[in-house]
Amino acid sequence: MTEFTPLASFIGGTLIGLSAVLLMALDGRIAGISGIAARLLPPYGDRSALSAFGFVAGLVLAPFAVMAATGQPVAQTVSSNLPLMAAAGFAVGFGAALGGGCTSGHAVCGLSRLSKRSFAATAIFMAAAFATVFIVRHAIGG
Amino acid sequence: MLFLVNLLLGLLFGVGLVVSSMSNPAKVLNFLDVFGNWDPSLAFVMAGAVLVAFTGYRLVLKRDRPVLAGTFHLPTRTDIDRRLVAGAAIFGIGWGLGGFCPGPALTALGLATPGVLVFLPAMFAGIWAARSLPDARLREA
Repeated sequence: MTEFTPLASFIGGTLIGLSAVLLMALDGRIAGISGIAARLLPPYGDRSALSAFGFVAGLVLAPFAVMAATGQPVAQTVSSNLPLMAAAGFAVGFGAALGGGCTSGHAVCGLSRLSKRSFAATAIFMAAAFATVFIVRHAIGG
Repeated sequence: MLFLVNLLLGLLFGVGLVVSSMSNPAKVLNFLDVFGNWDPSLAFVMAGAVLVAFTGYRLVLKRDRPVLAGTFHLPTRTDIDRRLVAGAAIFGIGWGLGGFCPGPALTALGLATPGVLVFLPAMFAGIWAARSLPDARLREA
């Protein structure tokens, strides 16, 4: 069970949206995290890797900033089934790179730009994710 | 300068993920579990983010160029090809298995749970593998 948190989730969402808008305004880039993560990998043709490292460093620091500001630990429950997490990580990276984006690039930035590809990708990955959780928790997990 | 701007915007994005609980896989999996103890909170994350980005992009993209860079890097393709469909499906399966998509997984790095320390290298291996496919046409997203 997790608690229903519409207000905190909405406020957090607006911060994500604000970051995406400012990244476009200042650096001219889509705030797609899988694309930014891909820029961490070689080859380093231009200077975009440096800004990608900056953005990722900010993401990594974020929970510590929240903990420092609130004095509360950040709740996070991660599966300790390591083969499952390895398979999940590979699928997330492979699928996002193949499909040109992830939750942020397609479902936030792409939908906001009314991109047809992003509407398609979002519908497909949401359906696949709902189906996967249904199978894991109800069809085989019981 | 761009490094610093990106660092601060990454921090803002990450704080958004943490405040919204999108960074918590348990929350994501309960959002995806409509037939169990469904927690619809994450729909509100999407709503908040898209509301701000939809409005903000309209203002920003009226400009000729970004403030600190030469051009806007915008995706130009409009076709829905097999790579998009297959990639999105594979991504969705991985998201449903682990409850992590790339942003939340990166915010989880410093908390260093064993699960995320396995997830992240596997994610980069997956990105690498997809880029290594013949005729890989990757775009930033």
